[in-house]
Amino acid sequence: MSETLLQETDARAGAAIAEGPDWLEAVRRAAAERFAQTGFPGSRDEEWRFTPIGPIAQGVWRAAPTASAGVTREQLAPFTFGHPEWNTLVFVNGLYSEALSTASALPAGVVVSSLAEALRSDGALLERHLTRHAPAEGSPFTAVNTASFREGGVVHVPANVDLDQPVHLLFVSTAAAGGSVTHPRNLIVVERGARASVIESYVTLAPGQSYWSNPVTEVSAGAGSWLEHTRIQRESEAAYHVGLTHVDQQRDSHYRSFSMAMGAALARHNLHVRLNDENVETLMYGLYLTRGEQVADNHTAIFHDHPNCRSWEVYKGVLDDRSRAVFNGKVFVTPEAQKTDAKQTNRNLLLSDSAKVNTKPQLEIFADDVKCTHGATVGRLDSAALFYARSRGVPAAAAERLLTYAFAAEVIDEVALPPVREELDRLVLERLETGV
Amino acid sequence: MLNIKDLRASAGGVEILKGINLAVRPGEVHAIMGPNGSGKSTLAQVLAGHPAYEVTGGSVTYLEQDLLDMEPEERAQAGVFLAFQYPVEIPGVSNAYFLRAAYNEIRKARGMEEVDSMDFIDLLEEKLKLVEWESEIMSRAVNAGFSGGEKKRNEILQLAVLEPKLAILDETDSGLDIDALRIVAAGVNKLRSQDRSFIVVTHYQRLLNYIVPDHVHVLSSGRIVRSGGKELALELEARGYEWVEAAEAMA
Repeated sequence: MSETLLQETDARAGAAIAEGPDWLEAVRRAAAERFAQTGFPGSRDEEWRFTPIGPIAQGVWRAAPTASAGVTREQLAPFTFGHPEWNTLVFVNGLYSEALSTASALPAGVVVSSLAEALRSDGALLERHLTRHAPAEGSPFTAVNTASFREGGVVHVPANVDLDQPVHLLFVSTAAAGGSVTHPRNLIVVERGARASVIESYVTLAPGQSYWSNPVTEVSAGAGSWLEHTRIQRESEAAYHVGLTHVDQQRDSHYRSFSMAMGAALARHNLHVRLNDENVETLMYGLYLTRGEQVADNHTAIFHDHPNCRSWEVYKGVLDDRSRAVFNGKVFVTPEAQKTDAKQTNRNLLLSDSAKVNTKPQLEIFADDVKCTHGATVGRLDSAALFYARSRGVPAAAAERLLTYAFAAEVIDEVALPPVREELDRLVLERLETGV
Repeated sequence: MLNIKDLRASAGGVEILKGINLAVRPGEVHAIMGPNGSGKSTLAQVLAGHPAYEVTGGSVTYLEQDLLDMEPEERAQAGVFLAFQYPVEIPGVSNAYFLRAAYNEIRKARGMEEVDSMDFIDLLEEKLKLVEWESEIMSRAVNAGFSGGEKKRNEILQLAVLEPKLAILDETDSGLDIDALRIVAAGVNKLRSQDRSFIVVTHYQRLLNYIVPDHVHVLSSGRIVRSGGKELALELEARGYEWVEAAEAMA
C-alpha cells in the first residue's frame, strides 16, 4: 500500500511544483521521503497500539474525484448551525468549492481563503507558518498529509482584530468519495491580541461510504490572543478519519478547543498544544459517541515548557454496542515550568457490556512547584439516579436517555458559541433517540 | 386507597419487613415511627418500587390495582410519590427540565397533553411560593450542590408540582434546621386535601408537631407493634422506643 500511496503522492507533489513555492516543495519532498522510510505505524508502535489502522495501511486508496458532483447549498444547510451567513469555506471531497462557500464582510486585513489561493496571495504568511507547526517527523500520517495535501482552509486574523463572527471550515464527502483519500491541510493564525472563533467540520452526504480523511490543522496563537476552536467529526460510519491538530501558543494567549467525534469506523485525533511562553491558558474539551463497531481514539499532548501556565482538559465518552474508545492524555512539564496548573479528566460511560475503553493518562513532570492532577473513570449509569427519575414517572428508557444526555451535556456546555452548542445538543439527543 | 396486607420484603437475602398490615383511606395522614433499622425506610422504598428490595410475601392494593406488579414509573404515573430520605443528585440536568419531564410523562400516561416550557414556568411560579423559593433554583442541576435543607425542599416542590394521590415522606425532617422544617411542613400542610393521603416516615416526634397525623404506627423489627392517634407520638417521645420494644418482647 505504501508504494501506491507514494506514487499518488509523487504525482501530486509533481503537480504542486508547477504552482507551489520552492520552500514548500522541499518540505513536501522530505515528507514523502520520510514516509517512504517509515511506512505506516506498526502494532508495536506505542502511539498506535490500540488503534486498528490495518484497513488504512492495507487499503488501496485512489485520489479523490475532482468534480464537486452537483452538491447544493440545500444539502449543506443542516451543517451550518442555522447561520448560513457565517464565513464558510466548503470543500467537497477535499476540493474547494467557491460556489458553495460563503464570504461575508470581514474586518480589514482578515484572510479567510482556500490554501491554494493563500499560497498565491499570502506567500510570506504561509512560508512562516505552513508545515512549521506540525512537522512531518511527528507521525507517518502527518508526513503523508504534508507530502500530499492539495487544499484546506486558511484563516489569518491580524493583530488586535476581533472577529465578531465565527469562521467555518466545512469538509463534505459525497458518494463519489468511496475508496478515496483526502489530505486537508488547514492553517489558523491569530496574531497578537486578536480574537477569533473557528469551526472545523468533517461531515458526509453519503453515510455508508468508506473513504479515508487525513487532515492536519496547524494553529498559531499570538501573544494575548483568544481563540475558540471547535472540531466536529461526523464522517460516514464506514470511513476512516485520522487527524492531527497542532497548536502553538504565545505569551498570555487563551486557546479553547472542543473536539466532538461521532462518525467514522475508526476515528483518531491527535491534539498537540505547545505553550511557548508564560501565562498561557489552554482549555481542551472532548466528547465522543460510539456505537456498533466504531473506534474513537483521542490522543492529546500538552507541552508545559514555561512557568505560570494553566491547562484544563475534560474528555468524555459514551459507548454502546461493541464499540471502543481510546484516550491517551500526555502532560509534559519541563523543569523550567514552575507554577504549572494542569488538570486532566477522562470520563467514560458504557451503555453495553461489550463496549470497551483503553484510557491512559501520562503525566511527565520535571518541575517541583506545580499543581498537576489527572483522573480517569469508566462506569455505567448511576442506578440511584435512574430509580429517582423513574420514581418521578419517567419511564426506564427515557430515564436512561436523560442521564446519558446529562453526562454528555456537561462538556457540551463548554462550547462558547450558542448556535454550535445547541446543534451539538441536538445531535446528541438525536443519537440517543436512535440508540447511541 | 392503600391496603397493605402481611407485606414481607428482604434485601440481600435478609428479611427486613416481616408482615406489615396497614390501611390508608383518602385524605388521611399516617405517621410511621420507629427506631433505626426497624424497616421504616424499607417500607417507603418498597411502596415506590425500589429494585434493591425483594418482596417475598403479602400484597399491596392501591386504588384497586396491584401496586407490587407495577414498575416504579407506573406507580408514579398512578399517583404514588416518594419524597426521598436522600434525594439523588443529577449533574447536567436542570431542575426545571427534570421536573417538566416528569410532569409531562405523568400527563402523557394519563392521556393528557404535554405542556410547553412557557406554560410550565407559570405553573412553577405558583408552586415555588408554596416552599418559599425563588425561580433561580430551577436553573441549577437537580440537587447538585444543594444543601440538605434545599434537597428536602426540592422534594416538596416536586410533590407540589406532580400532585400525587399518595405521598410518602421518608424522613423528610432529617437534617433540617427549624426554619427549613417549618417551610417544608407548611408546604405539606397546604397540600393536604380530602383525596390526598400521606404516609410520613419519621424517627422523631418533632415533625408531627407541624404535620399533625390522623394515625400513628410504631414499627419495630419489621412489624407494626402499636397503632394509635396523634397522642401515641407524644407518648413515644416521652418514654422512648425502648418502651414499645420492651412491650413487644413481653407480648
